Amino acid sequence: MNQKYLIPLTAVFLLFLVAYTGVEGAGLQWFFGFVFPYVALVIFVAGFVYKVLGWAASAVPFRIPTTCGQQKSLPWIKQNAIDNPSTSMGVVVRMILEIFLFRSLFRNTKAAFNKNVSNRLSYSWEIFLWLGALAFHYAFLVVILRHFRFFTSPVPSCLQFLEKLDGIVQLGLPGIFLSGVVLLAATLFLLARRIFDAKVTYISQAADYFPLFLIIAIAATGIAMRYFTKVDIIGIKTLTMGLATFSYVIPEGVGGLFYAHLFLVSILFIYFPMSKLMHMGGIFLSPTRNMANNTRMKRHINPWNYDVDIHTYEQYEDHFREKMIEAGLPVDKKE
Amino acid sequence: MSNDIKSDELLNKIDFSPKYDKGSGNWMDTTKSVQIRPGMYCYAAKAESVEMLGLPNARPWNPLEEDWKLPDNWQEIIFNGLKERLEKFRTFKVFMDICVRCGACADKCHFFLGTGDPKNMPVLRAELLRSVYRNDFSTAAKILSKIPGGKKLAGARPMTMSVLKEWWYYFFQCTECRRCSVFCPYGIDTAEITMMAREIFNLLGLNIDWIATPVSNCYQTGNHLGIQPHAFKDMLEFFVEDIEDVTGVNCTPQFQKKGADILFITPSGDVFADPGTYTCQGYLILFQYLKEKYGLDITWSTYASEGGNFGSFTSHETMKRLNAKMYAEARRLGVKWILGGECGHMWRVINQYMDTMNGPADFLEVPKSPITGTIFENAASTKMVHITEFTADLIKHGKLELDKSRNANRIMTFHDSCNTSRGMGLLDEPRYIIENVCDNFYEMPPNTIREQTFCCGSGSGLNAGENMELRMAGALPRANAVKYVHEKFGVNTLGTICAIDRAALTTLCEYWVPDVEVYGIHELVGNALILPGEKERDEDLRFEPLPGKEEK
Repeated sequence: MNQKYLIPLTAVFLLFLVAYTGVEGAGLQWFFGFVFPYVALVIFVAGFVYKVLGWAASAVPFRIPTTCGQQKSLPWIKQNAIDNPSTSMGVVVRMILEIFLFRSLFRNTKAAFNKNVSNRLSYSWEIFLWLGALAFHYAFLVVILRHFRFFTSPVPSCLQFLEKLDGIVQLGLPGIFLSGVVLLAATLFLLARRIFDAKVTYISQAADYFPLFLIIAIAATGIAMRYFTKVDIIGIKTLTMGLATFSYVIPEGVGGLFYAHLFLVSILFIYFPMSKLMHMGGIFLSPTRNMANNTRMKRHINPWNYDVDIHTYEQYEDHFREKMIEAGLPVDKKE
Repeated sequence: MSNDIKSDELLNKIDFSPKYDKGSGNWMDTTKSVQIRPGMYCYAAKAESVEMLGLPNARPWNPLEEDWKLPDNWQEIIFNGLKERLEKFRTFKVFMDICVRCGACADKCHFFLGTGDPKNMPVLRAELLRSVYRNDFSTAAKILSKIPGGKKLAGARPMTMSVLKEWWYYFFQCTECRRCSVFCPYGIDTAEITMMAREIFNLLGLNIDWIATPVSNCYQTGNHLGIQPHAFKDMLEFFVEDIEDVTGVNCTPQFQKKGADILFITPSGDVFADPGTYTCQGYLILFQYLKEKYGLDITWSTYASEGGNFGSFTSHETMKRLNAKMYAEARRLGVKWILGGECGHMWRVINQYMDTMNGPADFLEVPKSPITGTIFENAASTKMVHITEFTADLIKHGKLELDKSRNANRIMTFHDSCNTSRGMGLLDEPRYIIENVCDNFYEMPPNTIREQTFCCGSGSGLNAGENMELRMAGALPRANAVKYVHEKFGVNTLGTICAIDRAALTTLCEYWVPDVEVYGIHELVGNALILPGEKERDEDLRFEPLPGKEEK
């Protein structure tokens, strides 16, 4: 078996056990339920800010947007103002489409080579990666937003509305939340892609499997608590409200599963800023997308532009003067 | 000989389902197996060329030999070189951190499609460098490496000689075409990463000769081919004779004319290599027409006789050193603005770098066509106009008398050059000209044109002779689309606006689609344009009979 996913899988399993046994066996509720979440939050915020500031500290010497459509040129030629923006407005629209709808990924194609028959390369529209990614991100967002009900009292009406919407398919008791199911399904799909698509298998690292397993474990423990083991929800809310108000409360009767869930979430928070998950911040700063293609209209300044040695016309003429005169080319100095 | 490889043999190698080397679960563990193979790499830079530019570690060396004759502290040079560039280029730093390896780019690269080599997947090409970045610059990876299994989680590896060789081999298998960046959800641009890698190579004296020698020529003599001033003039005069044979009109150009309205700069390939030479004749015919009819005052320069910029395949600094001549000459001659010929990477440099590097061009005027009065607002700061913008504007205003029937035997398709499409967005201007000089125009399939266009396989300085297997493999996706329209619509002419394309696509067509010829857009203009006082033409610029005149 491939150690690229064996190691992360084992790691996630061990992490789960650490929290579960730590609570059930050693009674370390104070650590997993109070200390560690704060540590994780601090590392997440500090790490995120550190990383973004690090990117921002690097210069943007040149305007190098990837242009994906017709430039602004003659007045009668129709510009593609979004994919090849020349104004900030165009850039904003382009960025919104990228961030909220994954526009570039939407273009994805799949290449196929029909060997020996026609020897033809063909490209077909490949929407599943886009669909899977979009489903995953939006489901995760809804799940996170829903969880704010544990940190607010009374629960704001917008959250209640969201929950109502999320539970629109009225199935079973307690009613099913679509977001959790979609989240689990989408992560499993993304994982399957990594395992079964030869190209993606080849490029995948342990660092790609680890967050997937982690999120699958988080979703699975969450779903288990809500639908199967039926945890003490009042107790949990007491604990989470304690976290939100900085007061130490460890309620009786909340089992190891909850602490394992919370611990895995804390691990995700800690892992976030030191991993590829930082694409969440990086997408805003990608110079090929967040700049206008207007360098010929408006000069862009390079903060570290410096003078370089060039071969001047005078040097050139000195070198070739005789030949130039002989050929009848104009010269500045006739000697 | 690997350079004589048959097209069937190339096709048999293609497989889009990469397999691991046996006994290893990860490409990172296989660096020892990287074999630099003849046919796939370019020869090392000659010491004289490196020395002429004052770049480090000029010496004879051979990529196939074990010892690359590097300075003792080469690892330190790489570390410091990376560090400096991470601070200077936000692109580089962000692109090192945010890739999620989703694989959307994997089958977008012409080299991957043509070779099936998994290390030609753009994501993997970048990972070659990222793995070292994570090892040397990522605090998180350093912390992770301390816990059991953490090294695997970090995906890091140290800089070794075999890693360097792997970098060199694969970053000279990227043509900086940016097709992958169109599909990347974060806009990660492999061209940018390749540019950084090549800068690092140049700190160690590891350039290839097909780049280093043209750069040295361009710096010293004014153009990549090292054509000296008198020879440059001779060559244009030779074209003037040919044009006179075909049209009966003398199209003699002006050189280094002080006080001319416009300075014209085009890649020297147009002056030197067929079929670019015919495009060059097209420019001469157009300028003669405009001079005769509207008094256009345009000059060429032998000092700034190179539009292309192989410096951009070396380093940003070298790019700047070569590009500086354009503004310097425009200032010396006192022209109003600059007109640029048909070229790909030249226009990426002009559009995205020139004004920032060597501007402000406040000694020039905002370009205004002296004939139509059109002000080129999109070039208001750089003051340099693309010739297809200029000509399209002339045609739109009815200023050119064109006889389309002279191109009636040309069944056209158009190849968008990587740089003008993905680094500029010049897409409809050349198409407008084609439609006005030629009746038969068919587009290639939508996934292979405009911003999704495929590279010729020979860009970014890789159009040498010794790496022909690589070039023809990389050319396959483009050739395949040409073949499709050739078979479906009888297309016999591949139009392009790039000097490297004119050379590279010609080789591509000979190899993959032998019945298709490559034309620059202004060659078609030259054929169609009715010059004042011309004789009845029987031949086109290639001395082939015009349609309807075959019987003579």
